[in-house]
Amino acid sequence: MSAHTGHEEHHEEHHHHKDTFITKYIFSIDHKMIAKQYLITGIIMGVIGVMMSMLFRMQIAWPEESFKIFEIFLGEKMAPGGVMKNDAYLALVTIHGTIMVFFVLTAGLSGTFSNLLIPLQIGARDMASGFMNMISYWLFFISAAIMVASLFVESGPASAGWTVYPPLSALPQAIPGSGLGMTLWLVSMAIFIASSLMGSLNYVVTVLNLRTKGMTMTRLPLTIWTFLITAIVGIVSFPVLLSAALLLLFDRSFGTSFFLSDIFIAGEVLHYQGGSPVLFEHLFWFLGHPEVYIVILPAMGIVSEVLATNSRKPIFGYRAMITSVLAIAFLSTIVWGHHMFVSGMNPFLGSVFTFTTLLIAIPSAVKAFNWITTIWKGNLQMNPAMLFSIGMVSTFISGGLTGIILGDSALDINVHDTYFVIAHFHLVMGISALYGMFAGIYHWFPKMYGRMLNKNLGYIHFWVTAICAYGVFFPMHFIGLAGLPRRYYTNTAFPLFDDLQDVNVIITVFALIGGIFQIVFLWNFFHSIFYGKKAEQNPWKSTTLEWTAPVEHMHGNWPGEIPHVHRWAYDYNKPGQPDDFIPQNVPMREGEEKLHH
Amino acid sequence: MTSLLVVIVLILLGVAVWQISKIYTLTQIGAGAKIDDSQVANDRDNKVNGYLMFGFLVFIYIFTIYGLFKWGGLVLISNSAAEHGKDIDNLMIISFVMIFVVQFITQALLHYFAFKYRGVEGRKALYVADNNRLEAIWTIVPVIALSVLILYGLYTWNNVMFVDPEEEDVLYVELYAKQFSWEARYAGEDQTLGKANVRLIEGVNTIGVDMSDPNAKDDIVTSELHLPIGKRVVFKIRSQDVLHSAYMPHFRAQMNCVPGMVTQFSFIPSITTAEFRQLPETVDKVAHINELRRQKSIELTAKGEDALDPYEFDYLLLCNKICGSSHYNMQMKIVVETQEEFEEWIASQQTLYSKVFPPKEETETQQPEEVQKVATDSIQVAIR
Repeated sequence: MSAHTGHEEHHEEHHHHKDTFITKYIFSIDHKMIAKQYLITGIIMGVIGVMMSMLFRMQIAWPEESFKIFEIFLGEKMAPGGVMKNDAYLALVTIHGTIMVFFVLTAGLSGTFSNLLIPLQIGARDMASGFMNMISYWLFFISAAIMVASLFVESGPASAGWTVYPPLSALPQAIPGSGLGMTLWLVSMAIFIASSLMGSLNYVVTVLNLRTKGMTMTRLPLTIWTFLITAIVGIVSFPVLLSAALLLLFDRSFGTSFFLSDIFIAGEVLHYQGGSPVLFEHLFWFLGHPEVYIVILPAMGIVSEVLATNSRKPIFGYRAMITSVLAIAFLSTIVWGHHMFVSGMNPFLGSVFTFTTLLIAIPSAVKAFNWITTIWKGNLQMNPAMLFSIGMVSTFISGGLTGIILGDSALDINVHDTYFVIAHFHLVMGISALYGMFAGIYHWFPKMYGRMLNKNLGYIHFWVTAICAYGVFFPMHFIGLAGLPRRYYTNTAFPLFDDLQDVNVIITVFALIGGIFQIVFLWNFFHSIFYGKKAEQNPWKSTTLEWTAPVEHMHGNWPGEIPHVHRWAYDYNKPGQPDDFIPQNVPMREGEEKLHH
Repeated sequence: MTSLLVVIVLILLGVAVWQISKIYTLTQIGAGAKIDDSQVANDRDNKVNGYLMFGFLVFIYIFTIYGLFKWGGLVLISNSAAEHGKDIDNLMIISFVMIFVVQFITQALLHYFAFKYRGVEGRKALYVADNNRLEAIWTIVPVIALSVLILYGLYTWNNVMFVDPEEEDVLYVELYAKQFSWEARYAGEDQTLGKANVRLIEGVNTIGVDMSDPNAKDDIVTSELHLPIGKRVVFKIRSQDVLHSAYMPHFRAQMNCVPGMVTQFSFIPSITTAEFRQLPETVDKVAHINELRRQKSIELTAKGEDALDPYEFDYLLLCNKICGSSHYNMQMKIVVETQEEFEEWIASQQTLYSKVFPPKEETETQQPEEVQKVATDSIQVAIR
């Protein structure tokens, strides 16, 4: 117990530069500050994204009714007299999807926790390149600012769905949002991708090169494994989206025909010839599918860590967990076609993608069973982070199971692009990743701010969210199986769907309650930053290295020497040992067995 | 307005809960000798949340059962109006049985363990790091289950998607999508669709059929889709402007409409519209919908607006790929009828040729020389 207790005498100022307000809080190169910047930007974007979903859910439940709140948020142009216009609806669903997937669950989740935890858990002073890390954040900030700015352009923001399939997204004649709004969308995404790549490269290099003495790859906590693999998947797939975005930009601005051909719109034939929107779909989903794993893998890592710590047990099947993450990451890059079963591509390709897609269920099942076994015979400490982790396993199973229907090309024919899809992916990657993010926030808040979050508010937050998440997304399976297409501004044009209306009202009520209760979290978060109870050094009695660093943040993370690592990250309740947990930096004791494989 | 009230009530409710929790924590400080404000879960928290976990399991089950009873009748399973739909529905039911079994067991284990092993001060957790046999079991069991699903799924998929080019007695129909309506083109007597390209759109020739193509002479363009029962229909699907998706949920059919290419889907309608309307499920559904519409009409007339028309069941073709402002209202009525009724209907339709070249000023003057020039290499051949 040397490195983390004897801190005072080592307290030397080995960094001689002085922090000004600007270098400390704005252009910081310290990974902990950058993590906090990512988190708070992510939360702000999350608030915008969730509020948008509440607005369009109100429109679906009470179609074409007048709400003061629409007028306030959407303005006279998008909601004349408080009645939401159909273009406004499409804009809202598009930007909701974009913001939640990229800005909240990619940057907000992965950006926050990769930055915070990689150096702290592997025992490094900082990221491999602090400067690049700073650039990465500020590019993210710029892209977020552009995305938000696009909400205010005259013709409205991008409205072609978050998948921005051309020709709809390419032709301003097709939908007003495909004017300046779409250009800003593409510019924002291009910058976002640059940011994401810089971050990812940094994570990979840091994990591979800067581990402290004794921190072998098989002693890494699962968080780091998932961050590493997420970063690799991101590096492999994000550039493809960049190319798609650039080609689309060419089609839009310079008259090329990569994705467009034979189009007659607004009374005239356009010159485009020879391109194919299916090509765009391939390029988009080559990122788009790995993207959902980019979103969910870090959440899986966080949940593994939180479950083990709060069960006071080692994670079950550490190596199986790593193997399954690797398998998922590999498979994730060869399944994109399951978004395109009915796109008109060759049916044989459909068979191939069905096969690869359903294979993903295997490593996913292994993970779920390992989590369940991890809490079996544990001594579960029901901290809010633990609740969100258990909740994540629950929603991951509920949402993942319907994947075997959507991944099956024959069944996808009938449920493709219906609410069944919405139910599936919101549970399996939306809510699950969000739970992972909340688990991470509740668990590492003391590390980030040196203070504790209020646990009772955390409990209220979890239970209301948990009930509402099921309340929103479970009924959607039924209306999807009834054939209700997604992205319909109102269902009143089809009397066929009239009997689904009360289900939609129930969904919206749950969505509103769930959305509004996030205020509990926001208040807890921002209040506790300043007034929370001061945290102890290791409040959750965890074994990983970040808890050996002093509560007060400092450049370089540890005063004096970086702790050395002598064991894996999961020595909880080890037989024959007096302590409930043994941190990674504690040397093996005499006669102590190495019990894991 | 009521909904705004609902929102306000919800906000107030949230505030109230927060206040109560605040009061609760304050009373705790006053009452207990031990003040625990560590914000780390103690035994009481473990107990309360452990029980709540168990309660949540019950909630999931009840919600599932409630959903199945209340909304299970809404879903489109097992009343397919196309022949291949039965296979899809079977596969769907098998998948759902599997899903429910796994969901039932895993959620039970997860939440029960969360309840059973809720923390108690001083108890030691079991140190168990891994077990290769268990890992093997829960790798192999999903492998077996998925093999069944994959094999059955691929078998069904290939059956659905495969169209035998040799098959005789097939009805070729072109589905033509544009913002925000559909048109259908029938191949006519020669059972071959004429060539077409959006560059040839002009006047009444709204879907750009190449009138110089002899195969196009007898093509018929309609705004309603009529299909004869029991005959294979092969849809050749085109789009004029953006992506659309031809979605016919009752026939378990969907295919995207892609500008610049012709996509294809095929099925055999197995229930006529008239028969489908007589199905007990349809009768119930229609009665239910009409009751809802009647209530809504009372509200509307009270406000001085027009009442809603009563609903009668029809098969529909919907657009299921976001295509613009009125995406939500892009539909076409589908009528499935007997062969005789179909022949009668199709005979009553005018050919496109006779619309483009009305009989009086026929032949010589209007022979489409120019059109042929425009129709260069880009012409799409809707191969028969």
